[in-house]
Amino acid sequence: MDHFARLGLPAALDLELAQLDQAYFSRQRQWHPDRFVGRPPDERARASIEAAALNDAYRTLKDPVDRAVYLATLKGVELPGDGKTIDDPDLLKEAMEAREALHEAATVEEVDSLAGEARKDTEAALGGLASLLLQDDKPAIRKTLLRLRYLDKFAEEARARRMNIQRPRP
Amino acid sequence: MTLLEIHEPGETPLPHAGEGSLAVGIDLGTTNSVVAIAREGRPAALHDESGRALVPSLVAYPAAGGVLVGEEARLLARQEPRNVVGSIKRLMGRGEADLHAVAGVLPYEIAPGGGPTDMVKLQIGGKARSPVEISAEILKALRTRAEAALEKPIERAVITVPAYFDDAARTATRDAARVAGLEVLRLVNEPTAAALAYGLDKGSEGLYAVYDLGGGTFDFSLLRLEKGVFQVLATGGDTALGGDDFDRAIAERMLAERRADGLADRVDETAVKAALALARQIKEQLSDRDQASGRLEIAGVPSFHTLERTAFEAMIETYVTRTIDIASHVLADAAMTAGEIEGVVLVGGSTRVPQVRAAVAALGGKPPLSDIDPDEVVALGAALQAEALTGGGDTLLLDVTPLSLGLETMGGIVEKIVPRNTPIPVQLAQEFTTYQDGQAAMAIHVVQGEREMVADCRSLARFELLGIPPMTAGAARIRVTFAVDADGLLTVSAEERTTGVAQRIEVKPSYGLSHDDMADMLYDSLDNAEADMTLRLLTEARVEARRNLLALEAALARDGDLLSAEERGALDAGRASLEAALSGDDREAINAAAEALEMLSKPFAERRMDRGIRDALSGLSVSELETRVGE
Repeated sequence: MDHFARLGLPAALDLELAQLDQAYFSRQRQWHPDRFVGRPPDERARASIEAAALNDAYRTLKDPVDRAVYLATLKGVELPGDGKTIDDPDLLKEAMEAREALHEAATVEEVDSLAGEARKDTEAALGGLASLLLQDDKPAIRKTLLRLRYLDKFAEEARARRMNIQRPRP
Repeated sequence: MTLLEIHEPGETPLPHAGEGSLAVGIDLGTTNSVVAIAREGRPAALHDESGRALVPSLVAYPAAGGVLVGEEARLLARQEPRNVVGSIKRLMGRGEADLHAVAGVLPYEIAPGGGPTDMVKLQIGGKARSPVEISAEILKALRTRAEAALEKPIERAVITVPAYFDDAARTATRDAARVAGLEVLRLVNEPTAAALAYGLDKGSEGLYAVYDLGGGTFDFSLLRLEKGVFQVLATGGDTALGGDDFDRAIAERMLAERRADGLADRVDETAVKAALALARQIKEQLSDRDQASGRLEIAGVPSFHTLERTAFEAMIETYVTRTIDIASHVLADAAMTAGEIEGVVLVGGSTRVPQVRAAVAALGGKPPLSDIDPDEVVALGAALQAEALTGGGDTLLLDVTPLSLGLETMGGIVEKIVPRNTPIPVQLAQEFTTYQDGQAAMAIHVVQGEREMVADCRSLARFELLGIPPMTAGAARIRVTFAVDADGLLTVSAEERTTGVAQRIEVKPSYGLSHDDMADMLYDSLDNAEADMTLRLLTEARVEARRNLLALEAALARDGDLLSAEERGALDAGRASLEAALSGDDREAINAAAEALEMLSKPFAERRMDRGIRDALSGLSVSELETRVGE
C-alpha cells in the first residue's frame, strides 16, 4: 500500500496539512501500540507494524520535497540514492556557487538572504513540478527533483552557518 | 473460531486488563521521585504519613543491615555518609568509560572487576551494586507507598525517563522496574508527561513547549496539542546540565572564600557534601529573597557566607543561556518560532529560580505555566497515561526519537537511517552493497548521534552479516532495517536480498553516552556541520577513488593482455599518482587524479567491453544472433 492510500488521501502534489494531520491522527488512534497494551502479542505486533507504516507515511508526505520525490517515484521516475553525486552540470555549477556564497556570508542577514532565495527557488520548483507530472516528462521531473533535493540540503547548511555566526564556539 | 490462544512466554496478556489492578505513574528522578495515580482523568500524587509527595532518590545500606530509601536514607547520611547513595539515575546504563562525566559529582567508590563494556557497579554497604538494583530499591519503596495509600496490590506502572535517555538507560530503567516487581506499561518521556498533565487539565490546543530543568538534566520539547492528541514535534536537551550545577557554583565560591580567609581545609568528601548541602539551602532561599546566608562547618571550623541574588545570577548566567540556546535549536528543528508558542510549561525544581523563569518568559513572550507543582507534574502526567493505557481515556501520545540513528559506511561516514525527531514507533530500511569482489561478510556498526563521522557519534552495537555469496562488488543488496518501538528501544536487522541470508540483532548497548558524547552531541552537529561536510566530501572522494582503483586492479588481472606495454605503463603511472593523492587531504587533487585515471583507462574499458560482447556472442548461431539483435 502506498503512503497516500494508507492515509486515505489522493496521490497529489498539493496536500492540505490539516487534512493530512486529521487522517494521520485518526488512524494512529486506531493503531498506536498504546491502544494495544495487554492485548495478545500477535495483535500488538500487527499494531506496531501499522503504526510504524503510518509514521513513515506521515513523515514522508508532510515535507513538500519528500512528498514530491515520493510521488514521482510512484510514477516511475528513478532517482539516484540520497546524497549521491550530482550528475547535472548546470545544477553542479549552481550548487558550487551557492555554497561558496554561503561560505563567504559573514552576517546572519547575508545568510538569511541566501536562505530566502533558496526558499523562493524551492517554491518555484515545486510549482513547476505539478505540470511536469501532468505531462509525465520524466527527465524534466528528475532534474527538478534533484534540484529540490539540493535546495533542501542547502537550507540545512544555511541553518548550520547561521548558528555558527550567531554563537561562535569558544 | 479461536479455541486456543498461544502466547509467547512471558507475554501472556492479563485476563481482565483494567479490572481490580491499578496502574500508577512514577517519576523516577535524579534528586526526588514521585508516585501518582489517576482515576477518571484526575491525577493525584501519593503522600506519606507526614504528607510529603517527594521521595528523595536516596538509598542507604546501613552497617546494621537492611535497606532504607528516601527521608530515612537522608537521615542516615549524617552518621554513615559512605553507605548512602544518591543521583543514581545519572549512572543508569553507564559504563566505567563514561564515569569521568560525573567525576566530582558522585564521590562513589567504583566496584572493581567490571569489563570496559559492562554497566558500572558501586561499592556500597560492603557490596558491589549496580545502578539497576539501587534504582529498583527506590521503585520498591514507591510501590509500597502506593499499595499502602490505595490498599491494593500494584503491579503495573508508567515510568518516565528524560527524553534524552539513550537506549542503554531506557533498558536499565525497565530492568530496575522488573527487579521491583513492576510491569512497565510504557516508558514515557518526562516533558511529554508534563504536557499531558497540563493539557488534560485545561483542554488546551495549539503549540506548547515544556522547559524541564531538573537537578542534573535539561530537556526542552515542543508539542502540538489537538483534540486529545499530544504530538511531540521536536525535542532536545543536555543530560549534564541542571540545578546541581548551580549548587556546585555556590559551593565552590564558599570554599574559595574559606581559603581566602586562611582556612586551609582538606576538601574531602564530607567537606564537599557539607558545602553542597548549604549551597542548596542558599539557592532555595534566593528564590524569594535578595540575599541569603548560612554557616558552613568543616572539620569543626565554622565560617559564615552571604550571597546576593545578583551575584548568584551572574554565576549561573552561562547555564541559563545554554538552556535558551538549546530551546532555539529545538524550535529551529521543528521549523517553528518562539512567537507561535501558546505556553511554556515549567518542570523541575530548578525552574523555581526567578532568573530561569524570567529567561523562559522572555523566550515565550508571556509568563510560563507553573500552576501545577513542578516537582509533581511529571508523575501526574505519567499517572494519566497509566490510566489511559489500562482502558480509560481517549488521549493519544505521539512521541519522537531524540537522537539520529545510523550506520557506519566506508571511510567512517555515518549514514543516518532514522533522523532525530522521527515519530515512533518507526521502521526504516536502507540498502547497502559490497565494496569488493567476492566480499563474504559485512560489518554492521550501529551508531547514535548527529555528526557526519562515526568517531564523533556514539557506538551502540556491532554485528556481522556473514555468508554473503560470492558476487562482484556492488552486486549484493544488503537491506538494513532499524525498528524503534513505542518505548524508544531499537532493534536492527540485516538481510542480503538476492539470497535471503538474514541476521537480526536487538541492539542492547552495554553502557550509555558519556558526557562528552552526550552533552555536546546535538550542539556539535550544528556547530560542526560545515567542517563535517568538508570531511564527508573528502571521505566520499577517497572511497570512490579507492573503489575505482580496486575495480581497475581486478580488470587488469583479468584482461591485462589487452594492453600494450606502453599503455600498461601509463595506466600504472596514473594509478600511482592517484594513490599519492589519496595519501593527502586534498579533495580536489584526489578528484583530479581520479578523473585523469578514468580518461587513461577509457580505451581499456572499451576494449574489455568488446571482448565481453564477443565472449557473450561466441558459440551462437547466426539466426540466434539475429534474434538477439532484434530484441
